[in-house]
Amino acid sequence: MAQELFDALITTFWMIIGIAVIFALFLAISGIVYFVWNLISSKRNQMRGYGSLKTVTFGDESSVTANRVASVAGVITVFLIWGIATGSSLLPFSLPKPYTGLAQFEYTAVNAAGETGKGQVAVKVFEFGSEDSKAPEAPADGATAFVANDSVALPERRRKIVRVQRNDEGSKEDGYKITEINGQPIAPGGSVAFEAGEVAMLTSGSLQVRPEEGLTMEALYLPPPEQVWKRFVQLNAEGYQGVGLWENVMWSLIRVVLGFFLGCLFGIPLGFAMGLNSWLRGWFDPIVEFMRPVPPLALIPLVIIWFGIGEQGKISLLFLAALWIMIIGARAGVSGVNISKVHAAYSLGATKRQLLSKVILPNSLPEIFTAARVAMGVCWGTVVAAELVAAEKGAGKMIIAASKFQLTDIVLIGIIIIGVIGFGIDVLMRMAENKLVPWKGRG
Amino acid sequence: MSGLIVDDISMTFELPDGGSVEALKNVSIDIKEGELISVLGPSGCGKTTLLNILAGFLAPTGGKITLNEHEVTGPSSERGMVFQQGALFEWMNVSKNIGFGPKMKGTPQSDIDARVNELLGIVGLQDFAQKMIYELSGGMQQRVALARCLANDPDVVLMDEPLGALDALTREKMQSLVLDIWKKTGKTIILITHSVEEALLLGERLIVMAPRPGRIHKEYRLPFAEIGVGADLREVKQHKDFGKTRDEILNMIWDMEEEIMGRTETA
Repeated sequence: MAQELFDALITTFWMIIGIAVIFALFLAISGIVYFVWNLISSKRNQMRGYGSLKTVTFGDESSVTANRVASVAGVITVFLIWGIATGSSLLPFSLPKPYTGLAQFEYTAVNAAGETGKGQVAVKVFEFGSEDSKAPEAPADGATAFVANDSVALPERRRKIVRVQRNDEGSKEDGYKITEINGQPIAPGGSVAFEAGEVAMLTSGSLQVRPEEGLTMEALYLPPPEQVWKRFVQLNAEGYQGVGLWENVMWSLIRVVLGFFLGCLFGIPLGFAMGLNSWLRGWFDPIVEFMRPVPPLALIPLVIIWFGIGEQGKISLLFLAALWIMIIGARAGVSGVNISKVHAAYSLGATKRQLLSKVILPNSLPEIFTAARVAMGVCWGTVVAAELVAAEKGAGKMIIAASKFQLTDIVLIGIIIIGVIGFGIDVLMRMAENKLVPWKGRG
Repeated sequence: MSGLIVDDISMTFELPDGGSVEALKNVSIDIKEGELISVLGPSGCGKTTLLNILAGFLAPTGGKITLNEHEVTGPSSERGMVFQQGALFEWMNVSKNIGFGPKMKGTPQSDIDARVNELLGIVGLQDFAQKMIYELSGGMQQRVALARCLANDPDVVLMDEPLGALDALTREKMQSLVLDIWKKTGKTIILITHSVEEALLLGERLIVMAPRPGRIHKEYRLPFAEIGVGADLREVKQHKDFGKTRDEILNMIWDMEEEIMGRTETA
């Protein structure tokens, strides 16, 4: 226990270092771009007069707004770093890429009789996932004495043992050994560099080809942008595992909309009831207060046990995710009515029923909208998580299935789409809010 | 007999810690129809409590209110109220706010429209009928509040520091408007304020209240409201008695405040 905790703390420490380095790098780039931008735009943007006196706020006007040039440059930088780190073919430069291509080295062997012979080995390093993975033809000549030429093929970034002695005469006899690579002596544990990387001799005496690994990231961890784009086009056309890309996304959205709708359908009236009636408030209060802090994700196992992995389970889960938020929003909206509005309505001759429908209800709309925005966000997060656990269709299902086949590009596409849709939902909700409750925050 | 009779009203609030506060004690006022009354007093003298009781939002613990020979038992449209701020309905435009009262009573829409138009003219907001409340300035919002209250044609208009949140210039204009409306409509108006000048300008009768327990301390009959109708209020303030009365009342309230402070210190 103590040891594990200690390990966790050590890991955290290294993470702090790592994150700090990444941030520092990103900030340094930001600083450089800022400097360059200032040079280009020269004095145009300099604040004059009162503007130059602004600190964080100036009067009631916030003087710090997002510089859109910086936003665009920041996003481009992220893509650039992505391209450079993955050795994207879209860029003229990148980190050193792993070696691919054809190379050759020569080895010298001594046999039991003390004779020496030389052999040529053709090495082919092919791109990962390439169809052309056959070993090349062994070189035709250059072999001397008892030694025969060899060939080997291996994927980039991998290592492979080459049994060059396999076809040499007398290689099974004691005394046979490989002594040199490209004319440089080699012993077990040592290695000799050649054009494609290095040739190492293992302790057993076998040769191992180790092509240059480069510094770019392997596509398994992070595929280059163009590969992701290609996969996106392919997904668009063919779908994944028989389900279209947009069909997956649509199903996630449908679930969110249905679950959210159910949550509103029951949550809003319940919230109103709780805000207006002290018995009902007392009745439901413990349940609501208990369920509200329970993360909907914690309900997934129970929902699967109860309803299975079908649509009913998903919608029930999203209903439960939205319900408490909507109840609390509606309740707050009702309780938050300014007492002078109630008094005003009464002294204008409104009955209790009219007060409810004409004052309290519309007055609670801003709060309900705030709750709806939160609920939509939570529902979207919950549906993806629920699909990760178990589903037949959906954005989450797509990425978890792809991850099992190490199709990192599909996982990335899924994450990007999920992010874009989450953002889109919030933008739409904000637009609806501005349209439907324009008085919000300006009362 | 018609008019508003405040008969021996007392109001005691129970505090959660078991104590109690006497907000009003044996307050009696006899208000005739069409009177313009301003109520003035230091904070905590119970003037807002008195207004809430008149409006029917609070039931007094002692005494009773009678309006036109009917006992007041709750809020009603015969006693309209203008609040300090925040009582307008932000989800409605100006016209709908003003027409709210008649609409609640089921008045035909054509009658409501006519009434709203008339009131928009009285408060000078003809061009703002379709604006939303949050698009108006504070002064305009209070004009809407005034018009909304008048739309129901109440017998008594209660005003709870309606101009308290306005800037000095807007406030002066609104004071003239209140006087105009009083003259034009002949309504009984009871106005609560913490500004001595406002109380002098907008009160045929000025009632000064004293705190702990809230009670009527002194009553004045003043000519300034009558003079001020249709006149420049700045000139009214130059009237020979205006400054004298103002200083007298200011001293009175100042003494009350001193007394409260002293009492709290020794307590």
